[in-house]
Amino acid sequence: MNYFPDEVIEHVFDFITSHKDRNAVSLVCKSWYKIERMSRQIVFIGNCYAISPEGVIARFPELKSLTLKGKPHFADFNLVPHDWGGILYPWIEAFAKSRVGLEELRLKRMVVSDESLELLSKSFVNFKALVLVSCEGFSTDGLAAVAANCRFLRELDLQENEVEDHRGHWISRFPESCTSLVSLNLACLKGEINLSALERLVARSPNLKSLRLSRAVPLDALQKILMRAPQLVDLGTGSFVHDPASDAYNKLKATILKCKSIKSLSGFLEVAPRCLSAIHPICHNLTSLNLSYAPGIHGNDLIKLIQHCRKLERLWILDCIGDKGLGIVASTCKELQELRVFPSDPYGVGNAAVTEEGLVAISAGCPKLHSLLYFCQQMTNAALITVAKNCSNFTRFRLCILDPTRPDPVTMQPLDEGFGAIVQSCKRLRRLSLSGLLTDRVFLYIGMYAEQLEMLSIAFAGDSDKGMLYVLNGCKKLRKLEIRDSPFGDTALLTDVGKYETMRSLWMSSCEVTLGGCKTLAKNRPMLNVEIINEDDQIDFSSDDRQKVGKMYLYRTLVGPRKDAPEFVWTLSRRWVGTDLVKQHNSNSSKFLTMAGQEKSQKSQGWSKNPVPSGWNCHNIGVLSKNYCTRIIGYEDLKGTMA
Amino acid sequence: MPFSLCFHFAFSFPIKLPFLLSHFIPLESNTSTNPLSTYNNLRILHQVFFFFKFATMEGRVTYENDDLNLKATELRLGLPGTDETDDHEQAISNARNNKRPSPDTTDDCVNKSRSDEAAPVAKAQIVGWPPIRSYRKNTLQPKKTEAEAPGIYVKVSMDGAPYLRKIDLKVYKGYPELLKALENMFKFTIGQYSEREGYKGSEYAPTYEDKDGDWMLVGDVPWDMFMTSCKRLRIMKGSEARGLGCGV
Repeated sequence: MNYFPDEVIEHVFDFITSHKDRNAVSLVCKSWYKIERMSRQIVFIGNCYAISPEGVIARFPELKSLTLKGKPHFADFNLVPHDWGGILYPWIEAFAKSRVGLEELRLKRMVVSDESLELLSKSFVNFKALVLVSCEGFSTDGLAAVAANCRFLRELDLQENEVEDHRGHWISRFPESCTSLVSLNLACLKGEINLSALERLVARSPNLKSLRLSRAVPLDALQKILMRAPQLVDLGTGSFVHDPASDAYNKLKATILKCKSIKSLSGFLEVAPRCLSAIHPICHNLTSLNLSYAPGIHGNDLIKLIQHCRKLERLWILDCIGDKGLGIVASTCKELQELRVFPSDPYGVGNAAVTEEGLVAISAGCPKLHSLLYFCQQMTNAALITVAKNCSNFTRFRLCILDPTRPDPVTMQPLDEGFGAIVQSCKRLRRLSLSGLLTDRVFLYIGMYAEQLEMLSIAFAGDSDKGMLYVLNGCKKLRKLEIRDSPFGDTALLTDVGKYETMRSLWMSSCEVTLGGCKTLAKNRPMLNVEIINEDDQIDFSSDDRQKVGKMYLYRTLVGPRKDAPEFVWTLSRRWVGTDLVKQHNSNSSKFLTMAGQEKSQKSQGWSKNPVPSGWNCHNIGVLSKNYCTRIIGYEDLKGTMA
Repeated sequence: MPFSLCFHFAFSFPIKLPFLLSHFIPLESNTSTNPLSTYNNLRILHQVFFFFKFATMEGRVTYENDDLNLKATELRLGLPGTDETDDHEQAISNARNNKRPSPDTTDDCVNKSRSDEAAPVAKAQIVGWPPIRSYRKNTLQPKKTEAEAPGIYVKVSMDGAPYLRKIDLKVYKGYPELLKALENMFKFTIGQYSEREGYKGSEYAPTYEDKDGDWMLVGDVPWDMFMTSCKRLRIMKGSEARGLGCGV
């Protein structure tokens, strides 16, 4: 089958970087599977409970970079209890034991303890990059261990984590010999920082391109730091408050002029609006601007700033910019690709800070816009239809109307037609979040038109099971579905249970799903973990199956029920013992591959010994029809990403 | 007898209540700076609803034709977020009954005191909505309180009590909460506040010493002004108390 030696094929594979492509490549034949597996260095695992660390190591022994995601997305909004899971330590332990040459670790929504950070820092000599997003469970002591022991650290990126700050001068733990830093993001730290140690660190890091400071770094310290790093490309300021008439402020203005490479600006965690003029000189170069954590900047100051930013591609801002400000953005930032407008007063009745008008203006003025997150007080169908007409490039469209069931205020109709127009027009839409008053009709449209949709978030929407069924039947590429407070029940849940093995996960909370429905779902699905989050013992598992389930989270997995589930999480699925399954994997994989070229046999002898569900048997390697692709889930997981 | 009373009340309910409500519920045009009257208005309403509850013979108050958004002004015990299904229904019924203030009333929308007490509390009670990461919420929201000095502690004395107490005024968002806390702390009841007659209906009157050294009745000035001018609190009892409130 191979016309070239393995080394040549491996070299070709080096050019294949996307996970999906590598997965596809690994399914072609046995030898490609082996070559791909031995050469894969970057592994993405979308759900840390879909596979065990040992399974990953067995398959990808040359792994250098790992991305892991833990808690479900709705954990961001306090819907998941605190100690649900997503614990990092077992992964580090397993990797350390097997002497994996880990160099990069990217985590999202995981629980990271100081012990795991310490073990990480000591076990992987060439460790280079640590990126933690929305994680928790660690303190600055863990960071100190990373600083002290990772001699070749290039990237330490802490985004929006809950870090316990012990103010122990952890920055000073970076040895004098550490000169390799390229990216340092400390914005989420709340405590004091040893400013002179930080300045020295920056001074001895000539490759530093990205630096994001915390609130504890005042404006004068910023100036000193910038003097040491005029080569910065990405800057996050800390506290930006000073007397504009002072020397320190004037010094800063002069220093900023020297930083000609800054393309991305963020921070302003505390800001005096009169100081903003200091950054006007560098605005014309900016491609990315994040003012979404800057409180109290009025619309006019924002407008003055934005008028200079003609090259802006990404803008994150608070809704105090107002519709008028968004109009200015639309006329100034013609290169805009991503816009996020956050609410400055989420619970207030408040003025209508931004409405549909702002969005329409943006859609008319920014033809390259493809990613949107928009919090507003109200939205109309007419506006959404106009947006859909103006901008058909959306890949991510997330609209959050602060009152979750608000209809179109002009016509008092649900927003079905508006969102319908969006999905019909934006053929490349991959992610969609809905809000406002919505009936089953919007889901009919989504099922019909949103062919590329991978992630859908639903809240307070729909009338009946039909809504959910439209989506499950229509969106072939759906990977993540999360639903809250919507009237979808067992019928919708159980109509096509095979679908869930083609998806990463399904979240349903405050819906009409019952315990009996979940049990039925889990009964013949060993590849699914159906977890019920039973807070406050609301559900009595021994009694009535007609009880409604408050929170259900199900996901496909190769390793059965997880062993670290806390007592309030009940997994309804058949028992699989982890280690046995790993053996089965390996033996299955060889069996699986020897079937290449053989007659496709439905239930051959070799399979029946192993409790592999019937979905596996229809494999015909070499000819991958669309049907197979959607059903070869577990093995796709094994061969590809745990997506 | 109570039953017929209820029916009577229920019968007169549609007639009287709108009048009552328009009088007391701070609708858009209310520019009253007297939060305490609002509080008392809500207490009246609460008592009204209590009757209504009996009349409907159910454990829960239901608001069938909730034209006046009465449910939103219902005073109830319990932590925010515990009543999700109610909120959902209410949110739906709000939408269907078109109960949002129209955007036209721009001048009056900026009435924060209204939003604190009479506006739909349901919005703040839906867990996890709006979908904003906790990190972002924690970073932006407490910004307002962090910047200020640590708590305003004032001594509270009560006539006849063996020792004084201290409370942090910052903890309370307004007079109703402060008074409730005092009631709990000293185990007494404060009467109804009215501008004319002070605290009617009980032996006690909450007073405070202001910056000038004068003893003032709690509740006359806006809460923020009170917080900055209050140096100590004293709960007067008996004839002295009545003397203060006596409209001479």
